[in-house]
Amino acid sequence: MSLRYELNKNLAQMLKGGVIMDVTTPEQARIAQEAGACAVMALERIPADIRAVGGVSRMSDPKMIKGIQEAVTIPVMAKVRIGHFAEAQILEAIEIDYIDESEVLSPADDTFHIDKRNFKVPFVCGAKDLGEALRRISEGASMIRTKGEPGTGDVIQAVRHLRMLQQQIARLVNTREDELYQAAKELMVPYELIYEVHKSGRLPVVNFAAGGVATPADAAMLMQLGAEGVFVGSGIFKSGDPARRARAIVQAVTNYKDPKLLAELSEDLGEAMVGINEQEIELLMAQRGI
Amino acid sequence: MKVIGILALQGAFAEHRKLLEQMDVQTCEIRQKSDLLRQSLDGLILPGGESTVIGKLLRELDMLELLQRRIKEGLPVLGTCAGLILLAKHIVNDSNSYLRTMDIGVMRNAYGRQLGSFRTIEEFLGVGSVPMTFIRAPYIVEAGDKVQVLAQVDEKIVAARENNMLVTAFHPELTGDPRIHQYFLTMIEE
Repeated sequence: MSLRYELNKNLAQMLKGGVIMDVTTPEQARIAQEAGACAVMALERIPADIRAVGGVSRMSDPKMIKGIQEAVTIPVMAKVRIGHFAEAQILEAIEIDYIDESEVLSPADDTFHIDKRNFKVPFVCGAKDLGEALRRISEGASMIRTKGEPGTGDVIQAVRHLRMLQQQIARLVNTREDELYQAAKELMVPYELIYEVHKSGRLPVVNFAAGGVATPADAAMLMQLGAEGVFVGSGIFKSGDPARRARAIVQAVTNYKDPKLLAELSEDLGEAMVGINEQEIELLMAQRGI
Repeated sequence: MKVIGILALQGAFAEHRKLLEQMDVQTCEIRQKSDLLRQSLDGLILPGGESTVIGKLLRELDMLELLQRRIKEGLPVLGTCAGLILLAKHIVNDSNSYLRTMDIGVMRNAYGRQLGSFRTIEEFLGVGSVPMTFIRAPYIVEAGDKVQVLAQVDEKIVAARENNMLVTAFHPELTGDPRIHQYFLTMIEE
């Protein structure tokens, strides 16, 4: 394993216990940093608006991303379309801290993900289950986030994907060693990664939860289910009082096991994002990329 | 038996915990003021992470002053990366400052963005050659008379000690080498 890959996994370790927030302007980035974000995700439109507007969504204007890099001191991430290695090359050229190869944008390739080992900058990728997570890791992702369903304000899919991941890890830990080869076949991933999960009982990289997080309680629930941190996209800047809500979610991720504090944090947050229920969604972003 | 508290507000606190447990040292996570009041600690670790986040949570959870007092009273503390920034008297490229107990000036993100992160092996005074992992790391640009410089990389100070405070700009919890933690434990014995 390359030294660069180790360093990139290490950066994800530094983000643990934190909240990564979607921002679309330098001003929002400053609000996010001020509220305690451990990193920001720079994108042109937050997922809820991508849903509303429709059409093809792509990597953001590098100038807009640079504006955000100048506005904050915390790490800046940005999204590229699944498979779009040229977009990733561009983000690497502007020294982005993390690339999210993301199903939130329109996929550029319906078969191949980016060969992330060809890059020096780190990648985070979405996953609905263990197989997907390990396939992204074998391609070179140094951080995973469970997909959830972005831009909905509905946490049900984030919960489903995280539970699925944890169940499959637990199953692998309890699988006999001579049955691991079959597990590798079923999950369509290299045996070495299967063996590593079997031995360590966890993903080889940091795993955050994402998609539909709207309240401190949502964040606390995902942390209790085993997430090591949380991405919040539309949930903050689509709510009534973004700064306040952001602060509350940051504290909820730190003290996720303290219901008393969570009760205080949940008070007077103003309106949460409106949200759409799972059954009402026309476009399932989580199904992009397998 | 000694108990080392690990500030667990955000960042790589689990890595410190794991390493100390491998060394048979008892640890506890400090997430709130009540954790600080309840536990009698022999030492404290301020881990790596984002200093803006940890510093902000220290204020919001009303822990900053209490921690400051404990450290001034002599509680041994090890600050790594963000922890070093929290302890510094001032940050040269940031108007914020946090515990301000250690007479050093530091530069945040001194090696630039993630592409500037690196690993090296350098001499650590009294320990020998130590692997050092720097992740979007700071370094010390000025140190007071009472500060002892322990390690330098390219003439930049990356580890130092002042009385009960030990800081490293790198991450000794990431390399699996227990000698820096061992150094800290020896410091506690003094």
